[in-house]
Amino acid sequence: MVISCSQRSKKSVDMEICRREDKLEISELDPFLAELLRQIPASTNPEGTPAAEKRLFSPPADRSKTEQCSEWKLYVEPELRRLFRTATETVAADLEQLNGNEKPFANRKLRIPTQHADAWLNALNQARLVIAAKYNFTDGELCDHYRSPIGSRRDLGLFQLNFYGFLQEFILREIDDCPGNTPN
Amino acid sequence: MSWPPQWRGEGVAESESAVTLSAAKGATRSIVEDPSSKETRSQEDVDLPWQVVVHNDPVNLMTYVTMVFQRVFGYPREKAERHMLEVHQKGRSILWSGMRERAELYVQQLHGYLLLATLEKVR
Repeated sequence: MVISCSQRSKKSVDMEICRREDKLEISELDPFLAELLRQIPASTNPEGTPAAEKRLFSPPADRSKTEQCSEWKLYVEPELRRLFRTATETVAADLEQLNGNEKPFANRKLRIPTQHADAWLNALNQARLVIAAKYNFTDGELCDHYRSPIGSRRDLGLFQLNFYGFLQEFILREIDDCPGNTPN
Repeated sequence: MSWPPQWRGEGVAESESAVTLSAAKGATRSIVEDPSSKETRSQEDVDLPWQVVVHNDPVNLMTYVTMVFQRVFGYPREKAERHMLEVHQKGRSILWSGMRERAELYVQQLHGYLLLATLEKVR
């Protein structure tokens, strides 16, 4: 597990993120970060990366328990797929705000209703797990929060993963402070 | 669209809850099989407690894992953090043990939050 939120990364991306009433607001999103956000739904797709598929749908028991694992695949996995798809669809709908008519290089603003916070947490987690599986990042790389995204597709993947982690940290902090979202 | 959709059984009293894996399996079988040949779990399965184990994952955030433990098990933050740290430092933590159906439900919920969770028999 890693902690991705840091003052330094907040400064370096130069965006503002705060809570306004019942919405989480991300403003001063430059086109690059806006594009990373737009990539969330696509990034949750494990197709073509067996390791990602395996991670999202991990077995509920030791693989030697074949009966238990095959029953899980039959009865539970479809429910999980539905759950993950619903979260991704919620996020995709919120991201429509980024497809406005602003000038191509203008900074954008995104408002996320707090009742969508869980969907965002889930979709961001799917995306991070898929990206990590796709690039097979080492533990050392996963702890390197300051690596430049400019270099290779792999570096960009790591930046994307950390950026999504930063958003998760922010959302977690905000829902923790919200009386309507206390744990069950 | 609201999210998350409730797991069957999540947030309801134990007595009314839980179409779990084993219950779902039983329901399906009752349609397709002769009741007299209904397969039941072995006596060992019924008697032995089961445990819910969460395994370490280098990607999931510590704060996220803590939140999930609070939500799924209703643990206070301190207890949830203790388990999270145990997962982080020792590679695994036993979050709960008890009857199989309840344990299955917990494992399903944890997978819904994308944690690496397994169901194990207590030996």
